[in-house]
Amino acid sequence: MDNTRKEWLLNALMALALFGVPLWALMANEPFIITLATRIAILAIAAVGLNIALGLGGMVSFGHALYLGLGGYVAGIAAHHAFNGTPILAGIPGTNQMLVIWAIAMVLSGAIAAIVGALSLRTSGIFFIMITLAFAQMGFFFTLSWPAYGGEDGLPIFVRNQFPGLNTARPWDLFLISYGVLMVALVIFAMLRAARFGAALMAIRQNPDRAAAIGISPFGIKLVGFILSGMITGLAGAMMADLTRFVSPAMMAWTMSGELIVIIILGGVGRLFGPVAGAAILVGFEVFFGGLTEHWKLWLGLVLLAVVLFARGGLIGLIAGRAQNG
Amino acid sequence: MADPVLDLRGLSRAFGALKATDDVSLTLMPGETHALIGPNGAGKSTLMGLVSGKIAPDAGEVWLEGQNITGLSVAKRAALGLGRSFQVSSLIPEYSAQRNVMLALQARQGHSYRFLKPVMRDRGLRDTARAILARVGLDARASVEAAVLSHGERRLLEIAVALALKPRCFLLDEPMAGLGSEGTARLVSFLQNLKDEAPILLVEHDMDAVFRLADRISVLVYGRIIATGTVDEIRANAQVRAVYLGEETPA
Amino acid sequence: MTLALFLEQMLNGVQFGLMLFLMSAGLTLVFGVMGLINLAHGSLYMIGAFLCAAIASATGNFWLGLAGGIAAAAAAGALIEVVVIRRLYARDHLDQVLATFALILILSEAMRLIFGPFPLYLNVPPVLRGTVNLGIVDYSLYRLALIGFGIAVAVGLWLLITKTRLGIRIRAGESDREMIAALGVNIRVLYTVVFALGAALAGLAGALVGAIQSVQVGMGEPVLILAFVVIVIGGIGSIKGAMVGALLVGVIDTMGRFLLPRVFATIFDASAAAGTGAALASMLIYLLMALVLIFRPKGLFPAHG
Repeated sequence: MDNTRKEWLLNALMALALFGVPLWALMANEPFIITLATRIAILAIAAVGLNIALGLGGMVSFGHALYLGLGGYVAGIAAHHAFNGTPILAGIPGTNQMLVIWAIAMVLSGAIAAIVGALSLRTSGIFFIMITLAFAQMGFFFTLSWPAYGGEDGLPIFVRNQFPGLNTARPWDLFLISYGVLMVALVIFAMLRAARFGAALMAIRQNPDRAAAIGISPFGIKLVGFILSGMITGLAGAMMADLTRFVSPAMMAWTMSGELIVIIILGGVGRLFGPVAGAAILVGFEVFFGGLTEHWKLWLGLVLLAVVLFARGGLIGLIAGRAQNG
Repeated sequence: MADPVLDLRGLSRAFGALKATDDVSLTLMPGETHALIGPNGAGKSTLMGLVSGKIAPDAGEVWLEGQNITGLSVAKRAALGLGRSFQVSSLIPEYSAQRNVMLALQARQGHSYRFLKPVMRDRGLRDTARAILARVGLDARASVEAAVLSHGERRLLEIAVALALKPRCFLLDEPMAGLGSEGTARLVSFLQNLKDEAPILLVEHDMDAVFRLADRISVLVYGRIIATGTVDEIRANAQVRAVYLGEETPA
Repeated sequence: MTLALFLEQMLNGVQFGLMLFLMSAGLTLVFGVMGLINLAHGSLYMIGAFLCAAIASATGNFWLGLAGGIAAAAAAGALIEVVVIRRLYARDHLDQVLATFALILILSEAMRLIFGPFPLYLNVPPVLRGTVNLGIVDYSLYRLALIGFGIAVAVGLWLLITKTRLGIRIRAGESDREMIAALGVNIRVLYTVVFALGAALAGLAGALVGAIQSVQVGMGEPVLILAFVVIVIGGIGSIKGAMVGALLVGVIDTMGRFLLPRVFATIFDASAAAGTGAALASMLIYLLMALVLIFRPKGLFPAHG
């Protein structure tokens, strides 16, 4: 079996497992497992976003927690005002509708990503890593010291936001929403990667000088990639806030940015289902080893180190071999 | 007389105290192959950088088909029709030969901001790329990754990518570098016909190839052009002979 | 606001800046010479603080603790350089970020395993307790000593880099790796020494700061991020840039937190205004870094050309 078919089979298995396990949990009345699967799905969406910038475009953003947090605060602030019946700004009411919140989260994340990207893409290498980190840190410290929405205590969402036709208070319904959005995000990623835009973006990652010499300006393509990337991660942030019914500056912490990168590396950089595999590994590791020892992060560190040093390509690379670019 | 396709006017560029390019003026006329030769360190790479837009000049201008392109980026110049090949093969390593050519076709059309239709389902792009690969004799290797191609095949793919751009002029930077005598002979006979599509500014070390291909030759020494003329004029030029004495002997 | 308070905050800023310099010097050397981004530099700071606190409390002697902290950090640095870091020099920045991120997880948990989950406390040595009168302000003697320490180490480092054989090799390594190989210098050993030197400086900073903060797992990361801000502002690879950047960051951060809420409060006279001031103050240095990168993409003192 060639590598491309192996990867598709693996992807199908993962998509099935991520649906089948919580379905089983629903019948076995194990809501905790359903919530775990929901968390995996939402983390995977966030990482799908980062995978556009990092995997396709080679932009090592060390600040994607910024968009996660932005999305989170959009959900939190909208719900806060809807719950209290107070306007956000004069005349603008809060809302508890997920679809509205998602749209706002994506537009806002996209706008901030446009600013951050336009400034950061003037640099490269370690400077790009550091300037994206700096912007995320600004967001982190701003939310930490801005008293209106809880500051460092964070902001609770007392009643989960609503989705038409479903009861979001039920774990299974929330899982269905997250799973559906994840599948849509994966389809978008696959389409981008296969389209002319993806061809240009991946070419720029591999050889920016060549791309410029044939007339593709790296800056514009990378910026659009960065914006799309931020939008999807922002969407995941809004969903994450609804899952935990809580937002705090921790969502914007640099360790969160690191975790998103770790997810992609564990799963496989630039691979379609890399974020799904990586998120499942990370959450699974936390639950399994976290139950065995309080020092599970020691083992996570060792595994991560081993993957970086010896198993480039992550889980999917390990099973399905190198990526085929046609 | 026709207007030049490419017109370099008084280009200068210094790196610290070193004048890598010193008041260089040069024209590329329609239908000609204009070779740029010179000993190592003469400033050929810098001049190529100035023309392609990778390096900004301290003084002087670059004109392409009557348009001043001095302030434009590498990508804009390429989009306007500057088709450059690289001295050291510079391809998209993980892309197959076909995808490398398809990317150039896509770039020429100027449609890289398309997010929906898969590239590989674009028949027009695929068929054109195949045809171009066939022209340089690489059609059998279309689906091989550029990183895996042999050195000679990569040199041919460089040419194929330049062809795909349908440029207003070719900027070929040592296309024969590292090719064996057989490969060089094949490439020379291919390039002999290429100038009918667009004129060629050729930087090349292989003097035999230069003398067979060039209509005019400019000799660059220490960043300055010391002579420009036909093959015979350059062969007869005493100054050029002095510079090349002991390095390369014009046949 | 009195002049005395202003002066005290200013000195705090300088003291903070000098401690940041100790952190940043190692980070910038390692990047300049080996081209490596080391996120685990904060863990070496933590190791210095933990060992200093543990030894000081066991022996009752701060100075023994300080020596032990520095030695432990240097030894840990040399060990991880040989075991892990060495494999990363030829890798891209993404691999370096990830592998050293993994090292943070490992080293933090290792500290928790060895020293338990609770913070340690490190007392200021008796000779440096109390305050000293500086004319208009009574200032903490220990913090003043930290300023002295910082300056002394900076001068020592400058002498090391400019006057010694090791320094010549380090500078050669920054400009041309192949050249020092050609000169017959054992690069592997040189890299280990440079890394251990940076680790020792981080350990020193951790141990010194440990006496004015609690010593706990996770103490290294905020300092690490600030040290990155410092070297990016100063220009990666430049010791002089690290010094200027560290003082800028130390003073601007401290003075921003001190002044901005007061300034905002006088303009808008509301408690929310003070909150705004505080929020803005905590973002100041990142704003500074972003501005520097936008206008001087290689920092204030670019090390390479």
